[in-house]
Amino acid sequence: MSRQNWEVVIGLEIHAQLNTASKIFSGASTAFGAEANAQASAVDIALPGVLPVLNKGAVERAIRFGLAIDAEVAKKSVFARKNYFYPDLPKGYQISQFELPVVVGGQVTVRVGEGEAAYDKTIRLTRAHLEEDAGKSLHEDFHGMSGIDLNRAGTPLLEIVSEPDMRSSAEAVAYARALHTLVRWIDICDGNMQEGSFRCDANVSVRRPGEPLGTRREIKNLNSFRFLQQAIDYEIQWQIDTIEDGGKIQQATVLFDPDTGETRMMRSKEDAHDYRYFPDPDLLPLVISEDWIARTRAAMPELPAAMRTRFEADWGLSAYDAVTLTASRDTAAFFEAAVAAAGAALAKPCANWIMGELAARLNKAERDITDSPVSPAQLAALVGRIADGTISNNAGKKVFDALWNEPDSAVDTIIEAQGLKQMNDSGALDAIVDEVLAANPKSVEEFRAGKEKALNALVGQVMKASRGKANPTQVNEVLRRKLGA
Amino acid sequence: MIEASLKDLAAALRAGTLSSVELTTRCLERIEALNPALNAFITVDRDGALAAARAADARIAAGDAGPLTGIPLAHKDVFCTEGVRTTCASKMLADFVSPYDAHVVSQLKAAGAVMIGKTNMDEYAMGSSNENSHFGPARNPWDATRVPGGSSGGSAVAVASGMVPMATGTDTGGSVRQPAALTGVTGIKPTYGVVSRYGMIAYASSLDQGGAFARSAEDCALLLTAMAGFDPRDSTSVEREAEDYSRSIGQPLAGLRIGLPTEFFAEGMDADVRAAIDAALEQYRQLGATTVEVSLPNAKLAIPAYYVIAPAEASSNLSRFDGVRYGHRAAEYTDLADMYGKSRAEGFGAEVKRRILVGTYVLSHGYYDAYYLQAQKLRRLIAEDFGRAFTQCDVIAGPTSPTVAWPIGEKSNDPVQMYLQDIYTIAVNLAGLPGLSMPCGTGAGDLPVGLQLIGNYFDEARLLNVAHGFQQVTDWHRRTPAVG
Repeated sequence: MSRQNWEVVIGLEIHAQLNTASKIFSGASTAFGAEANAQASAVDIALPGVLPVLNKGAVERAIRFGLAIDAEVAKKSVFARKNYFYPDLPKGYQISQFELPVVVGGQVTVRVGEGEAAYDKTIRLTRAHLEEDAGKSLHEDFHGMSGIDLNRAGTPLLEIVSEPDMRSSAEAVAYARALHTLVRWIDICDGNMQEGSFRCDANVSVRRPGEPLGTRREIKNLNSFRFLQQAIDYEIQWQIDTIEDGGKIQQATVLFDPDTGETRMMRSKEDAHDYRYFPDPDLLPLVISEDWIARTRAAMPELPAAMRTRFEADWGLSAYDAVTLTASRDTAAFFEAAVAAAGAALAKPCANWIMGELAARLNKAERDITDSPVSPAQLAALVGRIADGTISNNAGKKVFDALWNEPDSAVDTIIEAQGLKQMNDSGALDAIVDEVLAANPKSVEEFRAGKEKALNALVGQVMKASRGKANPTQVNEVLRRKLGA
Repeated sequence: MIEASLKDLAAALRAGTLSSVELTTRCLERIEALNPALNAFITVDRDGALAAARAADARIAAGDAGPLTGIPLAHKDVFCTEGVRTTCASKMLADFVSPYDAHVVSQLKAAGAVMIGKTNMDEYAMGSSNENSHFGPARNPWDATRVPGGSSGGSAVAVASGMVPMATGTDTGGSVRQPAALTGVTGIKPTYGVVSRYGMIAYASSLDQGGAFARSAEDCALLLTAMAGFDPRDSTSVEREAEDYSRSIGQPLAGLRIGLPTEFFAEGMDADVRAAIDAALEQYRQLGATTVEVSLPNAKLAIPAYYVIAPAEASSNLSRFDGVRYGHRAAEYTDLADMYGKSRAEGFGAEVKRRILVGTYVLSHGYYDAYYLQAQKLRRLIAEDFGRAFTQCDVIAGPTSPTVAWPIGEKSNDPVQMYLQDIYTIAVNLAGLPGLSMPCGTGAGDLPVGLQLIGNYFDEARLLNVAHGFQQVTDWHRRTPAVG
């Protein structure tokens, strides 16, 4: 079955775990990986008589997010109880926000695809609300029983709900990646997907263009961008096939199985809970003052979207380069420091070195850019020496190697020590060129006969004879002059 | 000694004519003698009490005593007490021992009060007669065949029968004031947010408020002063300066304007109760107060509003009692749902189940707007009624309960009749106002009648003084039942 004549509609709900030191309603630590239940306080265990107290740090982070997506930060929002029974939900209800969330509206513009086909897409957000996470049920190791670990219970989450604005898995992934970048950028979430700090639920439906929205199915708990893409693509095809085979889509919650690459039904609409939401009487409405918002706004870093625009406008970077260099705040900071040292005119070569050699080396070494042995100042010095013709690009790679291995060394010292300076003395170069022309009459003849490639062979010979120190551009010029071309 | 005021007891303790160990021992003896018949206590912590009394005596000797140091106290079994079981009068928590103290408990410990034990109550504070207890009904010391009121029945009985000079309670719809009225003691429920709810097992969070029982308003003021105060662990605790609730005691009542709600005096009150209330109001006029008729037109809607809001909150608050982490778990079950079902069916009594069912229903999809939101609107209207009334008067007075104590079993099969017992008290909780009940006379069978005084927000000190003024010129609060 084809996908032609079908429009795909996708909305995402993303749960970002907020990086507060303590939980949203108790003083217990949120650190990952502690012994089971070692970080469950009386409040987290829901002992009789305990009460929740809101962590202001979680609110602060929600405000930051609201400002980052140009949303309305609600002056008053309300915590509500979502009631259901489950062993890893100690109170028998989850404290969340329902009718009045802390963040309303907002939007993000994302770059979808690569190369010529890439385009910008603006995705609207419906809301973002604060809530607490549940604990974990452990079904292994207990011989027919289940264990309960409440360390995660009460961990603060920001649930970020988009409008159904995405039309392909590529757009959904681009949006999820943009939010993943953003939450780390504004330092509200560590973004660790393996540990579940950033999880996606995807609502997917299909329709024929112009028709009303189709029935959606929700794919739960996707914890990698690859799974997000696979699950949506599988689900789209499954829904189209089902409808084209004469079936109907039933509203349902489904799970993605990474082993089979398929989605399977978890529960149908009929099995859906009635959560009996009502305002939590243990918590007062959350009131956020203009002053709090203003203080938070003043402390906000420049956002990736603004930075991208600036990189393109001020330094002439391509959209692709700008997106790549703003993939994280650390990368952007490295780039900006390098440009500051090298000068704006060298922004593009700085970008190339960071996205090329540096990224490759960091990746291979599994190091973060904040641990880079090569500093922005060193990289700027290196780029400067290539630009002023002191060394060739190839020699630059040798310098980079040396900087990587001996982090405290200076670029000029390395160039000197390794003798990497280009031969800029035209007299010496003339002599070498003359020698090479004399020794390679065949190539000279071929070039004169119109074979352009023969020149490359001669350039290579000159470079070899100069032990790489000659400037290839200059060699080209001298050769052409001497050959009368 | 049973009649002694807290002030006199503190003076005797400081003078050395009485030790806390002696006083505590006498309380323990009285409990031993009377509790089998009255069932006021679920748990008596004899060893803990004597240890606390010895520590108090040392403090007194060291000159480090406060007004409550060394004085025995009972806590309603809804307050969590570290190391002493906290049952909420439920099979669900029959063996539950809290690892921490409620805020009220730790405040009173710090004040040096001697915790004697935990008092009987309606299960999870749901009831008006103390008949809904897993540990059997508490009985009225004026007539042991009658109820003492509820839900804080045990605390009221313990004070009325002289087992302890003071006790804590909680009041969600009248659970301090109504048993105070039915047993002839003084009880106060402060403004919502004055006493921290931390460690007080929740029934209906937006209505629950800790309160104090004692033999007089002056004693209640001392106990409330020790219980109250801002607690950052309770987000609904009101952040204001600590208050001395005794500060107005002794001020003259001349010029006091007492509001009498038309609706409270129109119908429903038994004639004997009416007579006692009228006589008390006459007494106030003699003290120089004036009475003015006020109207609370929406007060009649308090009971329906309450029986939507309180069960709704309770249905959610009691979800944590699921047999997973603590509390009763069924011995045998087939799967998770069966474990939940059986554990809760076995652990909760009939009234608790009734309220969980009602609460679940009113919060359900499609009913929420019609019930819960409507009830919240009524709540606002009721609060506005009081606001208007307080522009015409300083305090509001009326009956606490429409009847005197009734025979055990009489209303226990008719929930609506039982709910109507709280007709005069519930509106106060919905509005979050402070309310007090004190004995003001007797009705049929020589049973106590309580006068309810309702104050404006944070007007506890005045309320207590208004009661004190009455108690200075009457002896109703000194009457002691012939028990033991």
